[in-house]
Amino acid sequence: MEWEVVIGLEVHVQLNTKTKIFSGSSTTFGAAPNTQASAVDLALPGTLPVLNEQALKKAILFGLAIDADICMASVFDRKNYFYPDLPKGYQTTQMDFPIVGPGIVTISLSDGSSRDIRVHHAHLEEDAGKSLHEDYHGMTGIDLNRAGTPLIEIVSEPDLRSAEEAVAYLRKIHSIVTYLDISDGDLSQGSLRCDANVSVRPKGQAEYGTRAEIKNINSFRFVERAIKVEVQRQIELIEDGGKVKQETRLYDSDKNETRAMRSKEEANDYRYFPCPDLLPVVIEQSLVDQLKTTMPELPDAKRQRFEQAYGLSSYDAALLTTERAIANYFEAAADAAGDAKLAANWVNGELSAALNRDNLGIANSPVSASQLGGLIQRIVDNSISGKIAKQVFEALWNGEGDSADAIIDSKGLKQVSDTGALGAMVDEVLAANPDQVEQFRGADEGKRKKMLGFFVGQIMKASKGQANPGVINKILNEKLGG
Amino acid sequence: MSLDQNEISKLARLARISIADSDTAELSQRIGDILDMVDVMQAVDTSNVVAMANPHDAVQRLRADEVSEINQREHFQAIAPQTADGLYLVPQVIE
Repeated sequence: MEWEVVIGLEVHVQLNTKTKIFSGSSTTFGAAPNTQASAVDLALPGTLPVLNEQALKKAILFGLAIDADICMASVFDRKNYFYPDLPKGYQTTQMDFPIVGPGIVTISLSDGSSRDIRVHHAHLEEDAGKSLHEDYHGMTGIDLNRAGTPLIEIVSEPDLRSAEEAVAYLRKIHSIVTYLDISDGDLSQGSLRCDANVSVRPKGQAEYGTRAEIKNINSFRFVERAIKVEVQRQIELIEDGGKVKQETRLYDSDKNETRAMRSKEEANDYRYFPCPDLLPVVIEQSLVDQLKTTMPELPDAKRQRFEQAYGLSSYDAALLTTERAIANYFEAAADAAGDAKLAANWVNGELSAALNRDNLGIANSPVSASQLGGLIQRIVDNSISGKIAKQVFEALWNGEGDSADAIIDSKGLKQVSDTGALGAMVDEVLAANPDQVEQFRGADEGKRKKMLGFFVGQIMKASKGQANPGVINKILNEKLGG
Repeated sequence: MSLDQNEISKLARLARISIADSDTAELSQRIGDILDMVDVMQAVDTSNVVAMANPHDAVQRLRADEVSEINQREHFQAIAPQTADGLYLVPQVIE
């Protein structure tokens, strides 16, 4: 039977505010345990929450970015459950009146197509603390530094149809929140976490199958793998005559499997009700309008502009605009180089390979945009070949010079275009290969072109890659009587 | 309306309250009375009434995003039953 996969994602994004959503405690990552947990975060009696203005503004910015309605009077609710990393016994979140209403996130797929994924809503809430289960002799250690960190939870409709689409969606959310600078987007620090609701149904069937929820997946790669393995599990289960249970599952990346965590019906009675400690959050249209004016150019718009203004392929433009910092780097490099297409090739090729190899972000690139632009200029004006340019790039990367020009000078890498010097080189190669010369002269026009490559190769080798291939071709043709 | 023993146990579990078996009958009766009262209130036509999030006729004040809390860990942990390495220790919880 052919199966259709149905996925909805709940994405939790940590907002990059200085302080917590309801208290003045710092949110700096990596502080000593419980040194950033105040009386409010600890839920000591008599404390009251006060909403962080920046958290609210950042949530509104996200809503504007996905073209959603902003709720002018949103309400905080209590979601009740007991867990030691949640000292209040409830999470302050939003249920019936979330700050961000329905919106659209457009995803780009590898075949070049794009799809609109509906966002059901996005709401503001607080993060919980962290539990450490090891090393405390049968006890659990609780660190409440993270408790109260502002989050937006972005809930999609069940519009995603494959693991690949889910990853594309998550990448797009990552891209949007980092462009907006409302989150640092650092996955290794848990700034973006995702729950996936996954079900399968026979292709063509209208109603959804029973879904399982995979909790707390924190990397792009694991989202794809977790969904794939869960889909496989559900299909095999149904084809063997079993039934999918509605339950929460955990993804084990070591074993590449999902496991049942707890049964939903027992634990999931959250008894939501409006939080009496917080009043309705009423905002003025003027605030929304003012925030609109601060919106940066978003990934989709930037991508379109790159295609049109620089004549880039949609693939190159998409790669360059996934991160705002990469897009900025590219624009600066293209400006300095005077050749946008070549700059795009270098940023997406050599530069990103080197960054990956050394596990660096673009902000920490040892080669600056203007240095790369300067290097590309020398390719454009034929001072160096593409091959030599890679050597110069490596040298720039390793800090062997301040600019491409300095390295080309100090290493003597400038392309040889001088016909006298090259002519001598050509003579040498021809003299050393009399058989090939004879064959060439006896061959017809069609074959000659291919045979010429042999001589060019020999000369490039003799010149250590510095000969100008255009000039060599011309000299060869003259000397061989072509 | 009254609640059966299972519903009472479920509510007790959700609220983490321990209830003696001998008390469930009386509790069932009393919660039932409250629910009857809710039923009476349900009779009021509220179709034109917007749900009220808070009884105060006021809106939420906002706080500037500036750090105003200092580290008081030693102070707070003085009243904690058990701590280690700066962490609060609790009976082990593993899902």
